Amino acid sequence: MKFTVQVNEGPYQHQAADTAQQFVRAALEKGHEIYRVFFYHDGVNNGTRLTVPPQDDRHLQKGWTELAEKHGIDLVICIAAAQRRGIMDPDEAKRQGLDADNIAPGFRISGLGQLIEGGIQSDRTIVFGD
Amino acid sequence: MAILHIVNKSPYERNNLASCLRLAKAGAGVILIEDGVVAAADGGKFSGMIKDAMKDLKISVLGPDLDARGISRDKVIEGIDVVDYGGFVDLVAEYDCPQSWL
Repeated sequence: MKFTVQVNEGPYQHQAADTAQQFVRAALEKGHEIYRVFFYHDGVNNGTRLTVPPQDDRHLQKGWTELAEKHGIDLVICIAAAQRRGIMDPDEAKRQGLDADNIAPGFRISGLGQLIEGGIQSDRTIVFGD
Repeated sequence: MAILHIVNKSPYERNNLASCLRLAKAGAGVILIEDGVVAAADGGKFSGMIKDAMKDLKISVLGPDLDARGISRDKVIEGIDVVDYGGFVDLVAEYDCPQSWL
């Protein structure tokens, strides 16, 4: 079965980002396909490569990047939510005249249409948030 | 169409669970996750509401979130199904549509 997962909560905020990542891992283990993970609202904060949690804590951003690298999962960050929260890829940083970008490997910035398309292409769309 | 309702907040904190149980149709599923799992503990203020709902709805709870909150399995209301993340995935696949009560 194909799943699209929506993440509305940032990492280390409450538990939704952790639950979403655990759900994605379990779905892959069960042989399902994760068509897309769409990061919306504070969820976009999962996609900054400047995250440095303490060494004995889980690293959510790295977890997503590893899932993308290992399983080719499409990690999409909502552009409007990202701009508000300072999540930039090189193109967007340039367009905004900013001196840096911070998007993590495996993530890409795109629009809300990607969530809708994910919903159309997938058998199930599941939302995790606070 | 059978819906899987996903509740992630404690009933002592918000009214998501009460709203969900009030509106869920017979044959639907409910899974309690994150802080929502505290509703699965027997003897609480909301146990009666859950037991009533179980006549029409299949209620499950995410085991790892029970463990994280020190709620042992023998404290869970009888008839509630304790599942792991794989079981959670199975439920999402089994029902026609998941609905998160955020």
